[in-house]
Amino acid sequence: MSFKGLRKPYRSLALAAVAAGVVSTGCGQQYVVLHPVGPVGEQELHLMILAAIAMAVVIVAVFTLYFYAVARFRDKPGNAAPYRPEWHGHKLLETLWWIIPVVLLTVIAIPTVQVTYALDRLPKGKNPVVIDVTSLTWKWLFEYPGQHIATVNYLEIPTGKPVLFELTANSPMNTLWIPQLGGMEYTMPNRVLPLWLQADKPGMYWGDSGQYSGTGFEKMFFKVKAVSPKAFAVWASKTHATATPLTLASYHQLLKHDTMGQALYGSYPKDTFPSIASGFTLNGQGMYMTMHGPHGSIKYLPMSATQK
Amino acid sequence: MPAFIVHLIHTLFPKTVLFPDILLIDLGLVVGGIGLFIFMTKTHRWGWLWREWLTTVDHKRIAVLYLIAAIVMLFRGGIDAEMIRAQLALPGTHFMPAIQYDEVFTTHGTIMIFFMGMPFIFALFNAVVPLMIGARDVAFPRINAMSYWLFACGAILFNISFIIGGSPDAGWTAYPPYTGLAFNPGPGENYYFLALIIAGIGTTMTGINFLVTTVRMRAPGMTLMRMPLFIWSAMVTSALVLFAFPPLTVALAMSLFDRLFGSSFFTLGHGGMPMMYVNLFWLFGHPEVYILVIPLFGVFSEVVATFSKKQLFGYPIMVASILAIMFLSYGTWVHHFFTMGAGPGVNVFFGLSTMLIAIPTGVKIFNWIFTMWGGRIQFTVAMLYQLAFIPTFVIGGATGVMLAAVPADYQFHNSYFVIAHFHNVIIGGTLFGLLSGLYYWWPKMFGSKLNEKQGRVAFWLFFIGFWVTFSPQYLLGLKGMTRRLYTYPAGLGWHELNVISTVGALIMGAGFVALVFNIVWTLVYGERDLTGDPWDGRTLEWSLPSPVPEYNFARVPVVHARDAWWDMKQKGQSLAQLSPEDVHDIEMPRNTPVPFLLGVAFFVVGFALTFKWWPIAGIGLAGVFAIIIFSGFDYEDHHHLKAEVVRKTEASLGRLQG
Repeated sequence: MSFKGLRKPYRSLALAAVAAGVVSTGCGQQYVVLHPVGPVGEQELHLMILAAIAMAVVIVAVFTLYFYAVARFRDKPGNAAPYRPEWHGHKLLETLWWIIPVVLLTVIAIPTVQVTYALDRLPKGKNPVVIDVTSLTWKWLFEYPGQHIATVNYLEIPTGKPVLFELTANSPMNTLWIPQLGGMEYTMPNRVLPLWLQADKPGMYWGDSGQYSGTGFEKMFFKVKAVSPKAFAVWASKTHATATPLTLASYHQLLKHDTMGQALYGSYPKDTFPSIASGFTLNGQGMYMTMHGPHGSIKYLPMSATQK
Repeated sequence: MPAFIVHLIHTLFPKTVLFPDILLIDLGLVVGGIGLFIFMTKTHRWGWLWREWLTTVDHKRIAVLYLIAAIVMLFRGGIDAEMIRAQLALPGTHFMPAIQYDEVFTTHGTIMIFFMGMPFIFALFNAVVPLMIGARDVAFPRINAMSYWLFACGAILFNISFIIGGSPDAGWTAYPPYTGLAFNPGPGENYYFLALIIAGIGTTMTGINFLVTTVRMRAPGMTLMRMPLFIWSAMVTSALVLFAFPPLTVALAMSLFDRLFGSSFFTLGHGGMPMMYVNLFWLFGHPEVYILVIPLFGVFSEVVATFSKKQLFGYPIMVASILAIMFLSYGTWVHHFFTMGAGPGVNVFFGLSTMLIAIPTGVKIFNWIFTMWGGRIQFTVAMLYQLAFIPTFVIGGATGVMLAAVPADYQFHNSYFVIAHFHNVIIGGTLFGLLSGLYYWWPKMFGSKLNEKQGRVAFWLFFIGFWVTFSPQYLLGLKGMTRRLYTYPAGLGWHELNVISTVGALIMGAGFVALVFNIVWTLVYGERDLTGDPWDGRTLEWSLPSPVPEYNFARVPVVHARDAWWDMKQKGQSLAQLSPEDVHDIEMPRNTPVPFLLGVAFFVVGFALTFKWWPIAGIGLAGVFAIIIFSGFDYEDHHHLKAEVVRKTEASLGRLQG
């Protein structure tokens, strides 16, 4: 590749572009959204790419017309291009540019509908690992009802299995986001929302809150370790056996408005997660969350417990 | 010292307003204020200020007031932006404390939307709409002034928060329950809610005013389908304002009740439903996006026709698409929170409605391009902004469609991809449009063209700065960076792109400096435009001298075609050849202190409620009602400008025969 034919300012621009390309491929793995490791993130990525391609068609079409018009119809002496000051409409053209966007958007719309519904169902025939997530100010509490253990700011999950997160908040709203597994969902007080994700490759990933919730919110990053189901079972039973239990008293400590590092707990008290949920269902799998759950039965610790 | 004074000082000046930089600003404001006071007194300008500006009801002067406010707010919001970018440039920096960073991104968003974008748009409406439709003022001049002073009162209330009591820090969207007392005990959020409610009342009245003006005040012969596109955009925007602001006011008032009176609409405990706030907010918020951009679609439609020396292409389609956008914009609000578990049915509905709204918007883009097609394009600064707008807005729109693909949005939501997208459309659409309009109508407002050479410098700085700032942010979104982060760890690969983005922000800052220099230079050295029609314009405002006399039209024109002034020029007619008997007495609105005093009274209410000083709030509220009732019985609200005076003025402008 030679830049010699280019004029000087363009030459340095081209060099910069190439440099940028090298840099970005060098750390391509850091584009976490573009490197999903599970089916949810993959489906979302496919849709993104499809939408990007359809939109690229629009951009190319518009830019071609635009640059042509700007180049050809300049107001300079001796411009030979036709000047038609009264030309104000063309039925065929105008119909055409209603149709083009409709077609392109249909191309995006159909898979959008399909994937939206698909992601709302847990994959059939697989028992999910359930994790009850409560966002606190400013930390994450993860409770594993099946394994009877709890963690703070740390997730360990088995590979190849759907993980069903049940999300609530005893804090301002946050969103749970693990970019390489898939998209985010809000945690809201007085609500439990479902989100399922899956990691197909073992590895260390990271998660974060996407919704600002106060001055310590930037400390809500957490590690996500995906391991084989066997290793997961070993880790869970070891944690259950050896880690200190989360008591109500230590739960109250967690409610303080503060940040903290990781923690593991061998057990956790009842009533720290809503027993009857009011939220929306993941269709198709007979979830026990009901849309019209009695609000009164949600149990939360009184706010007074959160004051220092 | 008495205990209550100590308490008062602690309330008004908590630790969060005692950072060194804020104290420095305090000092600057005090010195500047004293300097201004001495200057005004020495030059005997207080009476002038009161008579000519504070009590004015003239739409042209109100436009100037809005414009000054908007540019000052662009400065404030821009400084906030530079501070955000300074904090984010490198991982793990502590350029400022977290609490201050949270305040800064909150005030940046709120100011840019409510106190920069909106007043800038209303500045253009006030400056141009009556002139374009051949009217002598808006339908309700006094209410127009009230709108301005309520806006000003809201803006001042919001802006003093950072030196008195502490700024709001919950983001411009102010999602509960974070805005509740449990998490946010300071006065900041009270400031936010009260300032926006008060300014919102003003905005709603502006909406009513311009809806009535555009429907009722058009010159004879200007049928709906002969209205310039800018008038269509003003009409549609006003309708949007009218229906979008009530849900906002309700949401803000309910949040305020939670804070002031202990209700639990959106609180963490007691069955509060934060998501209801989110729904109400975006039920306003999405039409608001179009309130911010439709007027600029109008500006671009005027600018592209004028500087292509050609009729607007596909006028009926342009009108149809603007109306389609108006209706559809009320049906897309859930796309701001696909990730709140509304279920696939709801999400799909709003995803598709969002894609639908892209269609009329795309159609407009094609029509603008084909307006240039077969024309003769003049590269004035106003036109440069139009030319920058098309590609910028197309890319912003394309990423918007990507966000509408619901499952993709699960990954994009609240990430820097979204930040890049909405700056792409708001700067590419709104700010470029506002600046295009500013350069285009400046000669009409102030009587001289803004210097084009300097304008070009400012333009290129803004345009290049914009892309350098925001294109890296799309990539940051794909790298998983979420919005409103105070700081971020190294090792995620975010810092190179953040450095580039910060450099871009500095370039845009230089653009702002160039813009202000351009304005000041032109005000001092600008060459007077004596034609009144420096661009060879197409619409009626260019038939008038610049600046326009108080009564606008000595004789109201009769409109025979779409581009009325162009049509007259083609037929060799001119409004400049008035015969003396055409000029009659003109009824004009009379200046009044009522709007200004109403603003002051509202300010008292707002400030007192912020600190829960109930008796003072009561006095302020009594003042508000007293002023409104007085105004209702004030029948001396107009005067007659004698035909003799009008003839003299017109003769001095060389527009009278004989």
